[in-house]
Amino acid sequence: MGDILSIIAKRLGLGLITLLVISIIIFFAVELLPGDIAQAVLGQGATEDNLAALRAELGLDRAAPVRYFEWLGNAVTGDFGNSLVSKTSVAEAIGTRFANTLFLATYAAVIAVPVAIFLGVLVALFRNSVFDRVANVVTLTSISSPEFFLGYILILFLAVKGGMFPAIAKIDDGMTLIDKLDRTFLPALTMVLVVVAHMMRMTRASIINLLASPYVEMARLKGVPAWKVIVKHTLPNAWAPVINVVALNLAYLITGVVLVEVVFVYPGIGQLLVDAVTKRDFPVVQACCLIFAATFILLNLAADVGSILTNPRLRHPK
Amino acid sequence: MNDKKEFKELLTQDAKSGKLGRRDFMRFAVAAGMTIPLASGLWTSDVAAATPNKGGKFRVGVHDMNTSDTHDPGTYQSVGQIQIAHTHRSYLTEITPENGLGPDMADSWSASPDAKVWTFELNKNATFHNGKKFTSADAIASLNHHRGEKSTSAAKALLAAVTDIKAKGDHTIVIELNQGSADLPWFMTDYHLVMIPAKADGSADWESGIGAGPYEITSHKPGIGTSYKRHEGWHREGAYFDEIEMVGLNDPNARQTALITGDVDAITSVDLKTAALLGRNPNIVVENVPSGSAITLPMFCDVAPFDNVDVRLALKYAVDRQDLVDKIMFGTATVGNDYHVSAGMPYAPTDIPQRPYDPDKAKFHLKKAGMSNLEVNLSAADSILPGAVDMCVLYSEHAKKAGIQINAIREANDGYWSDVWLKKPWCFVKWGARPTPDQMFTLAYKDDAPWNESHWQNKRFNELLLMAKAELDEKLRAEQYREMCQLASDDGGTVIPFFANFVYARSKKVQHGANLAASWELDGGRGYHRWWFA
Repeated sequence: MGDILSIIAKRLGLGLITLLVISIIIFFAVELLPGDIAQAVLGQGATEDNLAALRAELGLDRAAPVRYFEWLGNAVTGDFGNSLVSKTSVAEAIGTRFANTLFLATYAAVIAVPVAIFLGVLVALFRNSVFDRVANVVTLTSISSPEFFLGYILILFLAVKGGMFPAIAKIDDGMTLIDKLDRTFLPALTMVLVVVAHMMRMTRASIINLLASPYVEMARLKGVPAWKVIVKHTLPNAWAPVINVVALNLAYLITGVVLVEVVFVYPGIGQLLVDAVTKRDFPVVQACCLIFAATFILLNLAADVGSILTNPRLRHPK
Repeated sequence: MNDKKEFKELLTQDAKSGKLGRRDFMRFAVAAGMTIPLASGLWTSDVAAATPNKGGKFRVGVHDMNTSDTHDPGTYQSVGQIQIAHTHRSYLTEITPENGLGPDMADSWSASPDAKVWTFELNKNATFHNGKKFTSADAIASLNHHRGEKSTSAAKALLAAVTDIKAKGDHTIVIELNQGSADLPWFMTDYHLVMIPAKADGSADWESGIGAGPYEITSHKPGIGTSYKRHEGWHREGAYFDEIEMVGLNDPNARQTALITGDVDAITSVDLKTAALLGRNPNIVVENVPSGSAITLPMFCDVAPFDNVDVRLALKYAVDRQDLVDKIMFGTATVGNDYHVSAGMPYAPTDIPQRPYDPDKAKFHLKKAGMSNLEVNLSAADSILPGAVDMCVLYSEHAKKAGIQINAIREANDGYWSDVWLKKPWCFVKWGARPTPDQMFTLAYKDDAPWNESHWQNKRFNELLLMAKAELDEKLRAEQYREMCQLASDDGGTVIPFFANFVYARSKKVQHGANLAASWELDGGRGYHRWWFA
C-alpha cells in the first residue's frame, strides 16, 4: 500500500509542475492574441483616448512578465484575482458554472459508464452476431456525428415533435433535483451518445483479446458457462485498459462540452471560457484552463491507481 | 374568400379604433357570414386584446448575451446589454413606436436660438428602484460618466461638444455646447446615456444595477439571464407584465426551438433562412421591422475610375436592389436609394424618386464617361453580413447586362475593418443605425470625417450639413436634409442597396400597439414595458 501512496505523492508533485508550465503557456498565449481587453470591451466605440484610460485603469500598461508574476504570487496564496471585465472575483464567476458542468458530467457518466461496460461485455459475449454488429454501428455512428448535430436531432424528435423533454436546459439553484434531471436530460443523453462507443469498444476488445488466452480455454474445458467465463475470469484482467479509457472520457465530459452547452443553453464553464477568451479576460481564462488541466491530471492519476489496484501483479513489482 | 378576409380586417380595424361597439361589430360580422361564436371569438382575440392587460411573466430569449456583460453604461455594446439597459434603466428621452422623439425622464426640453444651450425639465415623479427621487444631480452624474479625461465610455465622442452641465434647481439641467446642435435631445436616446443614481462624490453608481426604469432586477447572471419585477413607482404608463425574465439564447436554433416549445414568449433575431418556416407556425408571429441599419458600398471618389460621377451613376443604375433584398435577405430588408437616411429616421425625405435597375441608363452613363466597358473589384467578407459575398456576386450578374464587369472578392473575415474598410477603393460595409441624419452624415459623409468612407467632397453638401446642425426651424431643416439626400444620391460615392430589417418573433399570446420602433429589436428595446399578454 505504501508504494501506492508514494506514487500518488510523486504524481501530485509532477502535476503541480505541469500546472505551473500550463499557466505560463496560457498567459503568453492570451498575450499573443491580436487586440487586448480594452479593445474587446470598447469594440466599435474605441478611440485612442478611452482605450488608454481603460488600459491604465486595468493596469495593462505594465510589462507582461510583471503582470504574470503578480498573478502567480496571488494564485499561490489561493487568490485567483478578479475578472478584468466584470470586476467580480474569479471564484465567484466560475463557482456555480463549474458546479453545473460537474453536475452534467456526473449525470452523463452515471448513465454512460455502466451502459458502455455492460454493452461491451454483451457484445463480447455475442461477438460477430447481429446484436454485436448493430450495437457497433449505432455507437460508432453516434460518436462520428458532431455533438451539436446529435443535440439538434434529439431536440427535433424528443422536444419539438415528441414534447417529452424541454429543449432548453436552463437550470437554477431553486430547482429540485428531479426538475434538474428532467431539464438536463437531453444534453446528458447527447454526451452519453458521444462517449459510449469508445468505452464499449475498449471493453469488447480487451475481453476478446483475453478470451484467446490459455487460462480461459482451461475454464471453458472444465465446463464454465460462457457468461461466467467473461464476468469471473476475463473481466478482472480487462479492467486496466477499460479504466484508462473511462478516465479519458470522464475528462472529456468535463472539458469538451462547449458545443453541447451552446446548443442546449446550459450555463456551464465551457461557454464562460469562450467568452473570456474573446474578451481577453486573462484571470478567467487562466482559472478555467487550470481547472481543465487539473481535471486531466487527477483523472489520469485515478486511472493509474485504479489499474494498479485491480491488478495484483502491478502492486508487487519484481 | 379574399373579400371576406378583407371585410373581417376592416371590421376589426374599425372596432379597434373605437368606431364600432361590440354590438355593431357582432351584427356586421354575422351579416358578413360569420357564425356568432366566431364573431364573438374575433372580438375577444383581436379587438379587446388591443386594450392592454396587466399581469403575467414575460420570458424573452435574447441573443448576444455574454458573461462579460456589465452594468457599466460606458461599455454597453452587445444586444443583450442594450435590451437589459432599456428594461431596468431609463433615458432622458425616448424613441416612440412611431419613431418620433418622446419624453422619458425629461418632461420637456428647449434650446437657445443658436442651439448651443439646452435646458431639460426632469420628471418630478420619477424614482429609482431604491425609492430615491430622481434629481438633477443624478442626471448630471449619469451624463458626466461619459465625459472627461478619465472616462472610458464609448459614448465620449457623442458628448464631445458638451462643455458643461449645470443644475438649475432640483429638476432642471442646463447643457452647454461649444457648437450648436439641434439634435441633442435625440442624442439622449443613445443606449449608453442611461440615468443612474449619483453617489455622494458626484460620480455615478452603476455597479449596484439600480435604475429608474420600468423593471427592477431581482437576479442577474451575466451571459445566462436576468429576472425582473415591476418597479411600482415607475413614472410612466405601461409596464403591464408583473415580471420579466430574459434568457441568454445565443444559438439561433435554440432561440427558435424555445419559442416553438413555449419555453419563452418572444425572441430576438430570427435566422433569416428559416424565418418563413417559423412564420408558418400558427402560434407565432414573425415581426419584420425596417431599421436604420444600412448596407453601404462606398467607392473612393478620388480614385479612378470612381472619380468620374458618371461611372458612379452607372454602377448605381446597374444594381437590381429588389432582387438583392429577395434573394440575399429573404425579403427582410428595405430597398435603399443611395442616401444614408432610412424611412424611419427623422427628416427622411419622401419625394426623392427611387432609382430603378436600368442597364440601358447605366450604359448611357458609361458612354458619357467615355467608356464602352468597365471592370472593377468589389471586396466583401461574410463576417460583416452572412451572404455579403453572394450579394456582390449577384450584383455583378446584374451589372453584366450593362457591360460592367464587377469582380466580387472574398476578403478574410479577420481584420476586415482594419485592412479592407477605408483601404480598398470599393468594399462592402454594414452600419448600425444612428438616430438622426446629422449624426450619420457627420460620421461618414462630411468632407473631413476620418470615417468618410467614400472620400466624397461636395461643397454644397458640407455647407448644408453645418447649417442644418444648428437649425431649429423644423421645416427648413427638413428641406436642407432633403437636398443633402438628393446630392448624396446623384453625386455621392456610396451605393446603398438596402437597409436591413430587424427580424424577431413573439408568441401570439403577446400583443403590442399598432407600431414598432425601428431603433432596436423588440420595439426599440422597450417591448418589455410597451407590450402585454392578451
